[in-house]
Amino acid sequence: MKRGLNVALAVAIAAAASAARADITIGVTLSATGPAASLGIPERNTFELLPQSIDGQKINWVILDDASDTTKAVTNTRKLITEDKADVIIGSTVTPNSLAMVDVVADAKLPMISMAASGRIVDPSNPRTYWVFKTPQSDTLMADAIAVSMKANGVRTMGYIGFADAYGESWLAEMRNSLKTAGIEIVAAEKYNRNDTSVTGQVLKLIAAHPDAILIGASGTPAATPQKELVARGYKGKIYQTHGVANADFLRVVGKDGNGTLLPSGPMLVYEQLPDSNPLKKSDATYVTQYEKRFGTRSTFGGHAWDAWQLLAQAIPKALAKAKPGTPEFRAALRDGLETANVVGVHGVFVMTPHDHNGLDNRGRVMVKIEDGKWVLQK
Amino acid sequence: MDLSIAALLAQDGITNGAIYALLALALVMVFAVTRVILVPSGELLTIGALTLAAFDQGHVPGTVRLVAGAAVLAGVIEAVRRARRGEWRRALAGAALWAGIPLALAALAAWMGPRKLPLAAEVAMALALTGALGPLTWKIVFEPIADASVLVLLIVAVAVHFVLTGLALYFFGAEGSRTPPFSSASFDIGALRVSVQSLLVLATSALAIAALALFFGRTLYGKALHATSVNRLGARLCGISPDFAGALSFALAAVLCAFCGVLIGPITTLYYDSGFIISLKGFVGAIIGGLASYPLAAAGSLFVGLIEAFSSFWASAYKEVIVFTLIIPVLLWRSLVTHHHEEDE
Repeated sequence: MKRGLNVALAVAIAAAASAARADITIGVTLSATGPAASLGIPERNTFELLPQSIDGQKINWVILDDASDTTKAVTNTRKLITEDKADVIIGSTVTPNSLAMVDVVADAKLPMISMAASGRIVDPSNPRTYWVFKTPQSDTLMADAIAVSMKANGVRTMGYIGFADAYGESWLAEMRNSLKTAGIEIVAAEKYNRNDTSVTGQVLKLIAAHPDAILIGASGTPAATPQKELVARGYKGKIYQTHGVANADFLRVVGKDGNGTLLPSGPMLVYEQLPDSNPLKKSDATYVTQYEKRFGTRSTFGGHAWDAWQLLAQAIPKALAKAKPGTPEFRAALRDGLETANVVGVHGVFVMTPHDHNGLDNRGRVMVKIEDGKWVLQK
Repeated sequence: MDLSIAALLAQDGITNGAIYALLALALVMVFAVTRVILVPSGELLTIGALTLAAFDQGHVPGTVRLVAGAAVLAGVIEAVRRARRGEWRRALAGAALWAGIPLALAALAAWMGPRKLPLAAEVAMALALTGALGPLTWKIVFEPIADASVLVLLIVAVAVHFVLTGLALYFFGAEGSRTPPFSSASFDIGALRVSVQSLLVLATSALAIAALALFFGRTLYGKALHATSVNRLGARLCGISPDFAGALSFALAAVLCAFCGVLIGPITTLYYDSGFIISLKGFVGAIIGGLASYPLAAAGSLFVGLIEAFSSFWASAYKEVIVFTLIIPVLLWRSLVTHHHEEDE
């Protein structure tokens, strides 16, 4: 009995000692509820798959929900920095939240990896983004893929219908740039809301302009609303979607009206169809099998969370060699490690440089066609 | 804009307006009887539609667990309330009534889930299950504070709205669903293509409005509800239980809202949080009716639907702004023409 007590005491002391040796704290804020929940939930699921230690060093994961709300994201970030003493922040899911967090991490001098798309989050001309990295493909990269595909399909005029929010606006702006170089004209641009029960008015106006192709700048299942309306009103041109629809729920909701739709996407959506020589095929298989075993169908958004960890998994050992976790030196070393990262993720090959805190190139995008409820890779 | 586009927009606006009209009726009814502004009507709508969608995909809808949980809670509340007054036998009966019926419904729904029954049975079950949430909400939340001021009731209703939105996210997930259409047929009148589904929406809405008018004008329960809405104290003196009237009006309203969901489900994709904006538009319609007049509320809702359809054509980016700005002149007009009587509190 007494011996048992001694052993227990020894274990307790050992535990206390290891707690005193600072752990690495990774603070996460993501949008698991609110309008962006369909993006945030697969991200949160993905964090459950990630390891609890690296190089023998324990990792504290502190995961908070910001309810897709910008103010909450900033509050979460401050809390993660001051109360949880985070060494690095991952988040948030959407662009407005991530942009608001940039200033907070720049003041506190710790690295942040965003899981939101807009290129402005890591704009190299803004000195505040010194500490900020992001994993999703920028809209510019994806918009360019659409413009290239449209040109190849002989499209001369395009109609646009998108969300009346930052997502829809930024896609329209990106497309204006990309289409100019491709010589395609935008003949109509309409807006709608995620929760609109009807888009008949907008669709009638689009069809009246007779565009060769229509791009729907929306994400998730709400992107199916204009698509179904276009098909119901007998639109015969090509329909393009953005990578925001790349999940199984979109296929379920759009049904047979989705046939023939083209969209750019990260390669992980169709990794089975990639040639074996593609370096992404192996990393995609690793992530997608793990994810699908526990949570069901893959979501490309979960992949952004996985990629954030892949970057850290390369940067943390380098930083550990230079400083102890919990110190400003460790955070600076971690940032330097991220800036020189060269990682094969699930969405592409990340080659970070001081001028490019996203690091993805054309290997991070493919064109995909919807055929009978399946994603088919376009060569 | 040519005539065919105007006709298409009008058709779209009237279809949506009919849905708003049903919601407005539910809002007016609940407000008249209980003085509660039924903010969570939108959630009841989406829960109704998502329940039907789950049946359609052969799942057991999350509503089953929601109703079961609420039923147990309501049963306990009823038992405790009765037991405190020493009415032991009634405590048992009350608990059995409040927990038993919804639990039986939930069990039946769970049994139905994986079996693909005909659409009509699924619709009936979705309505019944969501309908059960109405009186359960009344029992758990509003009955204990039924005599509070309108403002308190409104704030509590807003809280219920947030709770139900959160529960809907938990039970149905973040992605949207569509329900199967009752009919995918359509026919042409001149240049205008009319879908049978939108005609069904109109016909059933009109039918529901007529049924409500009959219910309030001809049946004893309807008259009791009407009496409670006119004068709560007087109704009580005549032997009408305001608690019973409240539960009945919540049940009716919940079924109406779920019915809206079933009607609108095939036309649009619904999400766990879609309901609020839809119910707000129903609310604008109800306001046009002064939260008192059923025909005015229905007409106002049709008007909202039409404005929405045409503004989505002319200025899609400002559609919601236009629809909700509408409420300002309406409020002005109402405050000028209606005779004010202070509520004694």
